[in-house]
Amino acid sequence: MPLELLEPNTSDPSKREGLWTLNFGPQHPATHTTLRLILQLDGEMVVDAEPDIGFLHSGFEKLGESLDYNQYVTIVDRMNYISPLANEIAWHHSVEALLDIELTPRCKYIRTIFAELMRIHDHLLCLGTCVLDLGGATAFMYAFNEREYIYEICERASGQRFHTSYTRVGGLLYDVTDDWIAMVRKFVRNFHKAYNDFSGLVMKNRIFIERTRDVGVLSYEDAIAGGATGPVARASGVERDLRIDEPYLAYDDFDFNICCSRSGDCYARFQVRMMEMLQSIKIIEQAIENLPSGPVFNEAYGKVVLPDKTEVYRSIEGLIHHFESIMPNRQADGPKDSLYAATESPNGELGYYLVSDGSFRAYRARTRPPSLLHFSLFPRMIRGCMLSDVVAVLGSINIIAAELDR
Amino acid sequence: MSSPAKETLSVKLPNLVGYWSEFRGQWRVKIAVSSLLPVLRSLRNDAGFNQLTDLTCVDHLELAGATDRFELVYVLLNIESGERVIVKTFVNEPDLKVPSVTSIWFGADWLEREVYDMYGITFDGHPNFKRLLLPEGFASFPLRKDYPQQGRGERHNFPVITRAES
Repeated sequence: MPLELLEPNTSDPSKREGLWTLNFGPQHPATHTTLRLILQLDGEMVVDAEPDIGFLHSGFEKLGESLDYNQYVTIVDRMNYISPLANEIAWHHSVEALLDIELTPRCKYIRTIFAELMRIHDHLLCLGTCVLDLGGATAFMYAFNEREYIYEICERASGQRFHTSYTRVGGLLYDVTDDWIAMVRKFVRNFHKAYNDFSGLVMKNRIFIERTRDVGVLSYEDAIAGGATGPVARASGVERDLRIDEPYLAYDDFDFNICCSRSGDCYARFQVRMMEMLQSIKIIEQAIENLPSGPVFNEAYGKVVLPDKTEVYRSIEGLIHHFESIMPNRQADGPKDSLYAATESPNGELGYYLVSDGSFRAYRARTRPPSLLHFSLFPRMIRGCMLSDVVAVLGSINIIAAELDR
Repeated sequence: MSSPAKETLSVKLPNLVGYWSEFRGQWRVKIAVSSLLPVLRSLRNDAGFNQLTDLTCVDHLELAGATDRFELVYVLLNIESGERVIVKTFVNEPDLKVPSVTSIWFGADWLEREVYDMYGITFDGHPNFKRLLLPEGFASFPLRKDYPQQGRGERHNFPVITRAES
């Protein structure tokens, strides 16, 4: 149904008499985690929605003030647990920007590969579960088949499938091995087939298109003023991608495009995510074939950066170095200043505002979560839509409650 | 090196007292609360900072050498040029009041509510001002430095609503 016909009802307060209230969540299969919506319905039409959040608030930012830069990485990867490594990369990107640490080329490339794997990981879940919510279970299985393989890649590199805690200040927990490279190559080889299967099942599916086209429209102006970033903003025509506009890691070396759309509806957001997966696989392909050799830790930064694990286990100097880096009472001479640095996480701009008092832990570690700003735009998107569109819009903006509430 | 935002402000608001500094290529300006709205409005309208990326607060209670208690941080972004600028202002107890910027960027809505939730700073002119993450009736502001990390017993003294009472 066209939106214009429904619009007059929503603005007229005198017609609000016969509305009824529907509590959507906090435990609902389509909310994926715990978030609550108080919907005002006129028949089946959503007149207004009020999000109620905070069910998963766990004081992450408070913990960030007592854990050091390497310890807090175990907390940040529990924020957006759909793409944990993307959080870790964003966190250590900010810390390294604050401490002015330059990474080694190999570390940059490995982090770039993982960042792009996580983008595929996140987009596959977002698309797969949303299609599941809209009634198609098959595509979900195709998506999760690929995600499972990415978990194995994470496990091979870090020993953990889910919460990898793989990055360290100025480096990585372990260097990658040859069979990890072979696994990534295999993933790149097989991905196009899986992508085509998935794309054929979903993006040209008439039911899916009917359920998402012209639903939950976010205008260009609203996207900018409301703080939308990432795929949500790009689907509304905002041509901005931090990987190109503020290049970090090794993104300068690769050839890839920004994916945008103009219509700003749910379908456009899914389309942008689908296209981004192809760009990500292109980046991974270029990075894995040009992976530089050398250490993953930059030794030039002395005690701030941990030594390589092989050195810690095999030499007394390495062990002493490691001990001195880990002990909390050592001399710290970091900058006494503050800084905001952000990366393009799968969901949008994931930034950290760090205030340092010179020690090796943050005085204030503010997370700028993309989900928070996207979810605050939700009432604007859903007004005038049908009740059944709520799950489509929720799925398309990919709200992760752990990141939303922290 | 100077930033375009600084030049625009010096033309549009010549009487403004602002302390500019640069750190790792990032420009920051410290201003008084009274000039917050004119500065942000001018940055929005004249310098093209059309997105409020982030709004947060820092409690300076335990920071050595700090004179003011709460620092509000506005991270602004110009989408067209990609330029960022950080605007900082300070408030002290008992007057924890700041004008709301929701009229300039409506995306500030939840960000301001979160700052209130965690630090207890009130925003004048906010359309729907209440707690965001914590429940209504929560008495303290947990991200303040004088609030203990383990809480003050809110968690285990939380009232339980049974099925019969609900």
